[in-house]
Amino acid sequence: MRIVQVFKNIDRRVIFLFIALSVIVPLIFNITFTEKASPIVKNIFDKIESLPEGSRVLVSLDYGPSTFPEIQPMTNALIRHLNERKMKIYYMCLWATGQNLTTYTIDSVQVREFPDRRYGIDYVNLGYKAGNEGLINVLLTDMKKMYSTDVHGTYTDDIVMMRALRNLTGFDLIISLGGGSPGIKEWVLFAGDPGNIPVAGGSTAVQAPLLYPYWPNQLVGLMGGIKGAAEYESELKKHYPVYENRSQPGIKMMGPQAIAHIVIMLFIIIGNITFFVERSLAKRGQAHG
Amino acid sequence: MKRQLPVLITGIVGAVLVVSVFIPHAPFGRLGEDFSVFFDIIAVFAFILGGGNLLRVHGDKIYRRAKGWQFSIVTVLGFIITLIAGAFKIGNVNGIRGDVTAPGSLFTNIYDFIFTPLQATMFSILAFFVASASYRAFRAKNKEATILLITAFIVLLGRTPIGNYATAWLPSWLSFFHVPNLANWIMAIPNLAGQRAIMIGISLGVVSMSLRVILGIERGYIGSEGGKG
Repeated sequence: MRIVQVFKNIDRRVIFLFIALSVIVPLIFNITFTEKASPIVKNIFDKIESLPEGSRVLVSLDYGPSTFPEIQPMTNALIRHLNERKMKIYYMCLWATGQNLTTYTIDSVQVREFPDRRYGIDYVNLGYKAGNEGLINVLLTDMKKMYSTDVHGTYTDDIVMMRALRNLTGFDLIISLGGGSPGIKEWVLFAGDPGNIPVAGGSTAVQAPLLYPYWPNQLVGLMGGIKGAAEYESELKKHYPVYENRSQPGIKMMGPQAIAHIVIMLFIIIGNITFFVERSLAKRGQAHG
Repeated sequence: MKRQLPVLITGIVGAVLVVSVFIPHAPFGRLGEDFSVFFDIIAVFAFILGGGNLLRVHGDKIYRRAKGWQFSIVTVLGFIITLIAGAFKIGNVNGIRGDVTAPGSLFTNIYDFIFTPLQATMFSILAFFVASASYRAFRAKNKEATILLITAFIVLLGRTPIGNYATAWLPSWLSFFHVPNLANWIMAIPNLAGQRAIMIGISLGVVSMSLRVILGIERGYIGSEGGKG
């Protein structure tokens, strides 16, 4: 059986080529699918909808460029939603690599799309501080002990939205968008649980299964990978028609992901057929000889 | 004394931190808070230690012309240039007092145009290797492997809109078998049970290890003395 040998010894570069095509083609032809938010994602949306205008929301961007393509779409969707709901947004990060991404998010979404919202009154960038969970531990008792200034060097006592804020218990919601540790888990363990503060998260698809044990009691909701971002974007489009015709990167990236998953599954099926045919041929060979 | 003092400090700090969780009142609450601040301050010095270690290891490699020493030159140069660009805020419109991530600064340009594409590329390459590895390793060789294979298929399908279309025709009383619902069930029930079991196991291990460290039984973290444990 020559064909079995061909599939058995398939060059990995052939697989690479198929994966590359499965990603490139849907991007070129803009193949998209309709998304429906699953309960774990919808819970975050509903939680933000339920908060009154002017509620304090801490957004911690705990990721770096490696997971930027996967996490940034959900960050953008969340920031849009928080601004539409007129929340007070406090940006910070537990990852050193997150500070540039915070600046990027503020420049590309916060300032560009919501120019009427004012720095220090509607949003503030606290930036990065070292310490991981140790930092969260201190923030839980005293924010200003660690953040005496914002990212621009302005004293937090001089920032209007920081004045009345003593510690993390002053927040109505903490959202951690992260690709590893420290991230969502640390926010749950060191802030959410001891401070009784609702925590929501967005993580890479690889990390999402590890965070399921915290849902729904310790985590309000969780967005896992591009799928989570696309679901959140679809919910945003449904409730805020202004986003109906705007490009949604999560939904756009679901096309390549769906096709790539199908290609991987086809390869697994081919691999298994080859395996069973080869095994039956070997058994037949043994029986005959 | 060199070994006894760190053990004593660790024991006191560990015990106070444990007590401060259960008795968050004076003096333990305050002490627990102060120790967390000390930790955050010490964490900053870890960067200096890490940077120094990086220079030592790669400097030694370059000096000895060890295998791949040319890559070490790139590492050392990359480290020094980025450090200088960030520390002195070169090209920052607001000068030394400005935000280190201000657009247009050398540090931001290094981050945006070198660091970001490099990291994104490294992570993206994983998709190709995952596909190749799945093709070669995912075989229904036995009962356990078959269960794993079927589970992986359902979750893979459930994470795409195609899974939604494939079983959308199912009547409502069979909605449990709708692929996205099945995928959600796998994630929320069997996966959750497994993850919780692992987490509880790890936590018990952490508790026993922490007790050993606090009581001074486990001293491996101090390192060896003169090559002896």
